[in-house]
Amino acid sequence: MAEAIQIQVNGEQRGCRADATVGDLLRELAIKTERVAVELNLEIMDRKDFDHCSLKQGDRVEILSFIGGGAPMDAQGKGRGFVHAE
Amino acid sequence: MQNDRLIIAGREFTSRLWVGTGKYKGFAETKKAIEASGADVVTVAVRRVNITDRSKENLLDYLDPKKYTILPNTAGCYNVEDAVRYARLARAAGVSDLIKLEVLGDERTLFPDTAGLIEATKILVKEGFIVLPYTNDDPIVAQKLVDIGCPAVMPLAAPIGSGLGVRNPYNLKIIMEMVKVPIIVDAGVGTASDAALAMELGADAVLMNTAIAGAQDPIAMAEAMKYAVYAGRLAYKAGRIPRKLYATASSPIEGML
Repeated sequence: MAEAIQIQVNGEQRGCRADATVGDLLRELAIKTERVAVELNLEIMDRKDFDHCSLKQGDRVEILSFIGGGAPMDAQGKGRGFVHAE
Repeated sequence: MQNDRLIIAGREFTSRLWVGTGKYKGFAETKKAIEASGADVVTVAVRRVNITDRSKENLLDYLDPKKYTILPNTAGCYNVEDAVRYARLARAAGVSDLIKLEVLGDERTLFPDTAGLIEATKILVKEGFIVLPYTNDDPIVAQKLVDIGCPAVMPLAAPIGSGLGVRNPYNLKIIMEMVKVPIIVDAGVGTASDAALAMELGADAVLMNTAIAGAQDPIAMAEAMKYAVYAGRLAYKAGRIPRKLYATASSPIEGML
């Protein structure tokens, strides 16, 4: 088994195999690649590269997708109630 | 009204009501409300995938991309850099080049930072995005956004989620007369008459979220909004009578005793 490395995924520390690719990480997390955007060390990746890009010690990975949203506060899940006119 | 289609950047839309997908109790309610509204454009936000709980369902599993145009937004972005980053992520997530661009100026009002908006629009238009900017009810800014290359502009009716309705109908009217692209009134609608008023002024569409999702019965309000937008559009096309201070009798005087 390959040596383990530490990476950061969506802000959380996580161990992974030293020879793992971004594609391997997504599969391990059971994330379907369609409608997902991946940022590796602040660079947005082309999905074609997921299976060719090996992860390195200390890499920062962000995996994003679409959620319900219209107004900004909704999207952040803060909710701020209603402001009545009178 | 059969051929009264809304066309933006070569895309044809059948509904003049666009809806957001936030604040609902769950995806089932979101789906029902969207269906009741008749909207064919739905806005979504871009956020981190929950990697600790993969059992959570995805909103897009509930929305057929063949039926709806998915319009990602940059909600929650307070500077140009973040807004551009989220727009690029939205495109990378693979829906389209469409982006509802928000650069917010302040957490309390959620008013757009129009200087930042213009800057971010310039960057994204150059990168081939179809930018639909959420902007203030400022005709000069609206025109600048069009000059940069926005195929539509989205001025607010009132602060996001405020439910105050159209606070500045005169400015919106000036935008509609001045700017030669579709105007989508975005944010601030509270109830059906607000949406009807926006359409009567000549808006090409209305986008809302809280007014529907926050109503006591979101599905019923979604339906009310559908009719309000339709009625407002019909009234606009029909051409209202001018306002007069004094009465004009409807019945003839001839033949009276």
